Amino acid sequence: MGRVQSRSVRGVPGADPAITTRGLTKSFGDVTALAGVDLDVTRGTVLGLLGPNGAGKTTFVRVLTTLLRADAGTASVLGLDVVQDAAELRTRIGLAGQYAAVDENLTGLENLVMVGRLYGMSRRRATARGKQLLTGFDLEDAARRPVKTYSGGMRRRLDLGAALVANPPVLFLDEPTTGLDPRSRLAMWAVIENLVSEGTTVLLTTQYLDEADQLADMIAVVDRGLVIAEGTSDELKDRVGGERLEVTLDDGASFEDAVRALSPMAADSPSCDGSLVTMNVRQRHGTIVEAVRRLSEAGVGVEDLALRRPTLDDVFLTLTGHAAEERAEAEAEAAA
Amino acid sequence: MDTLVIAERNLIRLPRAPELLLAFTVQPIMFLLLFRYVFGGAITTPGLAYVQFLIPGIIVQNIAFGGFVTALGLNEDVHKGLIDRFRSLPMARAAVLAGRTLSDVVTNSLSVVILLVTGVIIGFSFNADVLHVAAGILLLLLFGYAFSWVFAFVGLIASTPESANSVAFIAIFPLTFISSAFVPVASMPPVLQAFARVNPFTITVNAMRSLWLGLPPGNYVWEATLWAIGITVVFAPLAVARYRKHSAS
Repeated sequence: MGRVQSRSVRGVPGADPAITTRGLTKSFGDVTALAGVDLDVTRGTVLGLLGPNGAGKTTFVRVLTTLLRADAGTASVLGLDVVQDAAELRTRIGLAGQYAAVDENLTGLENLVMVGRLYGMSRRRATARGKQLLTGFDLEDAARRPVKTYSGGMRRRLDLGAALVANPPVLFLDEPTTGLDPRSRLAMWAVIENLVSEGTTVLLTTQYLDEADQLADMIAVVDRGLVIAEGTSDELKDRVGGERLEVTLDDGASFEDAVRALSPMAADSPSCDGSLVTMNVRQRHGTIVEAVRRLSEAGVGVEDLALRRPTLDDVFLTLTGHAAEERAEAEAEAAA
Repeated sequence: MDTLVIAERNLIRLPRAPELLLAFTVQPIMFLLLFRYVFGGAITTPGLAYVQFLIPGIIVQNIAFGGFVTALGLNEDVHKGLIDRFRSLPMARAAVLAGRTLSDVVTNSLSVVILLVTGVIIGFSFNADVLHVAAGILLLLLFGYAFSWVFAFVGLIASTPESANSVAFIAIFPLTFISSAFVPVASMPPVLQAFARVNPFTITVNAMRSLWLGLPPGNYVWEATLWAIGITVVFAPLAVARYRKHSAS
């Protein structure tokens, strides 16, 4: 917990959380999207809501941004209730959704000016703010071009710009980089990191483990409408255990022999996927040398051998018993 | 205020969607010329030249369809997530719909002007004073406004812009034809005549003819006004309720 607390110094010490939810539930017919979510987000921090497609992330964001009413439970942002104080709450938040919600037939600047004026700014102020954001997001040259001529990455940046027009203290980003190419993704990350350094509280949903790792101070892992784990990236990785040893066997090498040779080093029972044997090991020091020695003594041919820190993928697998991507694929198949 | 911002947005984007702009300008002119010169010779309109008969009819038909931009636009906004953005902003909730229908009034005015100018070029002339001409234009805009709400509702319930389009056309196209807009009602089979006589399109077209041509006499103007108000009173709350439902579910 020590590490978690030290992160909160960027926020206001001792202040109420920026976002609080208790027992939030929401169903669509017989599909449960939220099954009782309790969550707090400290002011000035980034919470990464990590989970596969269909885990309930978007529903959660929609409840917090007043777009959707929960069936039960309470939620508040900056102390404002999402139902009772919805109008007031909307003046304090920005939302950038999964689909770039900008008007394709307006120019970049016209989009931002429209949003600014809907936040109650004068035309002049909205124009000044729009230009400032376009410059900041490297969209200056495209400011007077209709958005339909923009690339995917440019649209997302404009969408994020629209969410930031009123300088909201709390920002909701629903899968901000889904569908972007790697370069645009890195650019988007840089923009978000910059925002956070200015003290904005961010709730970010993602199905990319590396994205949560990169951007979030705290990560909440969600699956089937429930938060199943919460902590910093390091804390979550610690829950999975220490280092992982990955051994790729030669063609024809015996899996049983390899497992028998390595089992004295393993912290858990080794798993096997094709020619790949993986296991948690007790210690890092000398592990590779010892593994190589044991395998060669047992006469097991090895193609490759590596030691790595657990990734959030491992975390997900350990916590839910299934890989994040597998679940999403299975659901896509079921839907098709 | 928010309504004006949304209306302005709808109007800025219009010239950038060339297919929509064509629908407002070239298409009505095309219909007008086709009816005047292709069908005109075959249709007998007692007491009136066909061009006199036709212009009020085609303008009413055209203005009823003016709202399809609202159906398409709203449907697009729902599916592209723009409605979500609007709903997350501290703006008046009704402004999205009110702004839509308000911008339709502007585009409808534009098409009335285009059709009237074309009509005058091909031989139409008013047989009324300025006051009656202006009252006619007001009635047209009111009728168009009523149908904007019908289209707003259609745009919110339709699953795609294409289906919004076809629902609207299938529902409204026959209504405009089984009326006095293009042919005298007396020339139709009895069943259609019965329908045409109570059809709000007939009533509104007749009202326009009374105002602009002094013919036919009757209470059409008041009846047409009541129809326009009635349609608005029914469909505006339906559309608003539907919009709210989008919010809640």
